[in-house]
Amino acid sequence: MEVGVLALQGAFKEHRKILKDCGMASREIRKPEQLAGIDGLIIPGGESTTIGKLMVEYGLMEPVREMGFEGLPIFGTCAGLVLLAKDIKDSTQPRLGLMDITVVRNGFGRQVDSFEADLEIAALGLKPFRGVFIRAPYIEKVSPNIGILASLEEKIVFARQGNFLACSFHPELTDDTRVHQYFLEMVRYGC
Amino acid sequence: MTEKGTWTVKKGLAEMLKGGVIMDVTTPEQAKIAEEAGACAVMALERVPADIRAAGGVARMADPSVILSIMDAVTIPVMAKARIGHFVEAQILEALGVDYIDESEVLTPADEQFHIDKSCFKVPFVCGARNLGEALRRIGEGAAMIRTKGEPGTGNIVEAVRHMRMVMGEIRRLSGMPRDELMTAAKEMSAPYDLVLQVAREGRLPVVNFAAGGIATPADAALMMQLGSDGVFVGSGIFKSKNPAARAKAIVAATTNYNDPAVLAEISKDLGEAMPGLEISSLPENERMQERGW
Repeated sequence: MEVGVLALQGAFKEHRKILKDCGMASREIRKPEQLAGIDGLIIPGGESTTIGKLMVEYGLMEPVREMGFEGLPIFGTCAGLVLLAKDIKDSTQPRLGLMDITVVRNGFGRQVDSFEADLEIAALGLKPFRGVFIRAPYIEKVSPNIGILASLEEKIVFARQGNFLACSFHPELTDDTRVHQYFLEMVRYGC
Repeated sequence: MTEKGTWTVKKGLAEMLKGGVIMDVTTPEQAKIAEEAGACAVMALERVPADIRAAGGVARMADPSVILSIMDAVTIPVMAKARIGHFVEAQILEALGVDYIDESEVLTPADEQFHIDKSCFKVPFVCGARNLGEALRRIGEGAAMIRTKGEPGTGNIVEAVRHMRMVMGEIRRLSGMPRDELMTAAKEMSAPYDLVLQVAREGRLPVVNFAAGGIATPADAALMMQLGSDGVFVGSGIFKSKNPAARAKAIVAATTNYNDPAVLAEISKDLGEAMPGLEISSLPENERMQERGW
């Protein structure tokens, strides 16, 4: 099995490192032909406007959307969450629009407000998960088909819809592999 | 427990900028062009380095109203420059809410001996370096991101290449050293010993390292990426060229596809004239910005 990591811009190397720590092979995706044969896809943190524009430019938007509709497990962190959302508040930027959610970009403020916080995530067990939030977005509205996995100050920061998983924070910047393990269960055993 | 301004969060924003292009802009309109072209952040300035060089005199932090108007115009991170050692300019920039402060040799230094103590700020800092010792001194003071100094405002890549090769070469040298030689290495490069140990152990800088100072073409950007940069800053190279929007977009594409010559060939076509370049040896020593910083 192999997981693709979208490598147009952002912290894609950190995701590959965690995947390796979890015993999963990975490859960098910059062109549509590199999508063939992957069993899951991670959209990393970075600048969502930059990544979105480059996805359009390199013809990745349509094939990834198509593969998502066909059931490919896709996991987005931070900018990846923004790109997965159907609605982005006050923005017309390019997106995949695969999840029935509304996100607010930079919802916790600018960099001076970026923070770390312990998150209680029932799906990951009792031990809190250290969430690293960097100019992070949050999910403002969800439709009933969305599973909410974690919230912070009433803001949704981790959610799942079928084969799509998305979080506001950066598990790839920690040594805790549990969020990636959760995604890899979706990849290994189906959604 | 919620904690703001931690080392992870400061360093983390730089991680998110990797593989991207940070562009110097002087107006909200330029900022929008940069964002539209796919910049991962912008540097808000009153003048780009080429104009600072031409104007001479003392170059200072930009007027806050210029910075605020640029912050209002775009959703991507906005950086701004403070003079070396001018911690009050840095305090003002932090109060404005900029996302990163560049303690920059492009501006006229305010202190000829000491840099800003960057560890006491919530906002992260990027600093220039010509070699590993300089990079580690800045990280020791709290910089969460490093860039090569290059020679700003020249459109000449040669100094950035020299600085990147120097840093990478010194990292390789440290990685191969036995532990008993590392203290003397730290002494020779005037770098904090704990950071020298860390670099020797991990074989990389502890923070993200971008290229800056002289990048004018997509090929320049790709060259710096192949030499090991995590991303690039483009100062005068975009808005001093004939067709800024097209050049900005091409440099973004080159930074993503730095290892793909076929793509690089395609995106380098028909960009119009690049910014005028300056031969480094034609610059009198006191006009070389890279000499600023200690």
